[in-house]
Amino acid sequence: MTFFDNFVEYAPLFIEASWVTLRLTAVALVIAMVLGGVIAWMVMSRFGPLRWLATAYIGVIRGTPLIAQIFVLYFGISEIVKMPAFWAGALALAAHNSAYIAEIFRSGFQAVPRGLVEASRSLGMSKRKTLRRVQAPLALRTTLPVLGNQYIIAVKDSSLVSFIGMTELFQTSRNLQAQNYEPLQMYLMVSVYYLAIVLALTFVVNRLEHSLSKHRRPVEGSSGGSDGGGLRLPVWGRNRKAEGRA
Amino acid sequence: MTDAHRGQPLVSMRNIVKTFGDNVVLDGVDLDVYPGEVVVLIGPSGAGKSTLLRCINGLERISSGTIEVDGQQLSYQESAMNRIRSRIGMVFQAFNLFPHMTVAQNIMMAQQDVLGRSASEARQRAEELLGRVGLEEKADAYPDSLSGGQQQRVAIARALAMDPAVMLFDEPTSALDPELVGEVLHVMRELADAGMTMVVVTHEMRFARRAADRVVLMADRQIVEEGTPEQVLDNPTSDRGQAFLRQLSED
Repeated sequence: MTFFDNFVEYAPLFIEASWVTLRLTAVALVIAMVLGGVIAWMVMSRFGPLRWLATAYIGVIRGTPLIAQIFVLYFGISEIVKMPAFWAGALALAAHNSAYIAEIFRSGFQAVPRGLVEASRSLGMSKRKTLRRVQAPLALRTTLPVLGNQYIIAVKDSSLVSFIGMTELFQTSRNLQAQNYEPLQMYLMVSVYYLAIVLALTFVVNRLEHSLSKHRRPVEGSSGGSDGGGLRLPVWGRNRKAEGRA
Repeated sequence: MTDAHRGQPLVSMRNIVKTFGDNVVLDGVDLDVYPGEVVVLIGPSGAGKSTLLRCINGLERISSGTIEVDGQQLSYQESAMNRIRSRIGMVFQAFNLFPHMTVAQNIMMAQQDVLGRSASEARQRAEELLGRVGLEEKADAYPDSLSGGQQQRVAIARALAMDPAVMLFDEPTSALDPELVGEVLHVMRELADAGMTMVVVTHEMRFARRAADRVVLMADRQIVEEGTPEQVLDNPTSDRGQAFLRQLSED
């Protein structure tokens, strides 16, 4: 059987598994965004213990392998309650990503020029209103490309959840190669699906970034339409687009 | 404006001391600003002019001394501070327009969020003020598409929209290309002529001469000279004042 024949044959299986991966990652990222926001707030807090706690959390998460975190959480949780692999995996991914997302939020807030905060405060805007109307929207704009990157990493990292018996995209390829003894084909095939997901995600983030940066003056004649140094479609994609317009 | 010193001062600062760590920036400064008065602060860089200005609306916290604005003692309690800040307009050297909002939204935000005006009321006021600074056609543009001079005029309109009792200008033309300075000074002169109370930190001596009721010369963390533009700029009595003006004329 050629790669192409196999591709067609297994497509329904892989597409179904892609949905599992997407759901898993989406649930994990929603939790991670909320948790990351709280942790970023703690890191920037003036209250020492909160700051130390959050800093320690980020340090531990960043300093240990994701696969270890997944195992620790999975076996740790199943000691207490019986939890489906999906939720154990989602929680582990959420915990992991929340540390990185907290750092992204923090740097985004710190990148908002002090003068803009002062301008808002000098108009009589409270701290809270300044946060909501000035700091948060501006921080979102600078963090969006970096967040997009983190989302992409999260999609690929979700493959590690296969090790706790979750039949998501990567586990599907592992199962198939055990049946048909075509490991090279199966792992190439699964890579195609990951790549497709990542490219689609990149496209969405780029569009979002573009619509959020409408306040920026378009820079005529700049190379490759660089608007803020974030995610890039592969070069061939850009070139094709450029040719199409010319 | 010989009558300017009558009545209650709008801003009254007594014995202001400000330190950053071991570094003393203001060392016992007294300053009164009366309603309708235009006070121009000049002096060598590092004299503490901008810091003094930023103390008036609490962007810098004083180390000791007292500040009264509009009859109220300045307190650093959040809601009292916000109330008093909404009465004090501030214009910054770097314009500080909110880049994610249109020009009109920049001017409308605090009107709605602080003064509780409706969107249509705030929009109307924004358009009226944009007309006053000569930018009515820029209401829906984003700040990035404006020149520095235009941005600073929007910043002035944004501050005026709060109907402030006093306007503070912190080197409003220092970040501008020379050819754009005039349009900003023009708006400021019109404001002064309309009777707005203003405290202006600037290096523009022509503005000081033409618009100031009183020129205050600061040097070495203190006020060293104070009086009409003619007195201070033409016949300074202090050594530091004479040295500063000699330096200016050499430039």
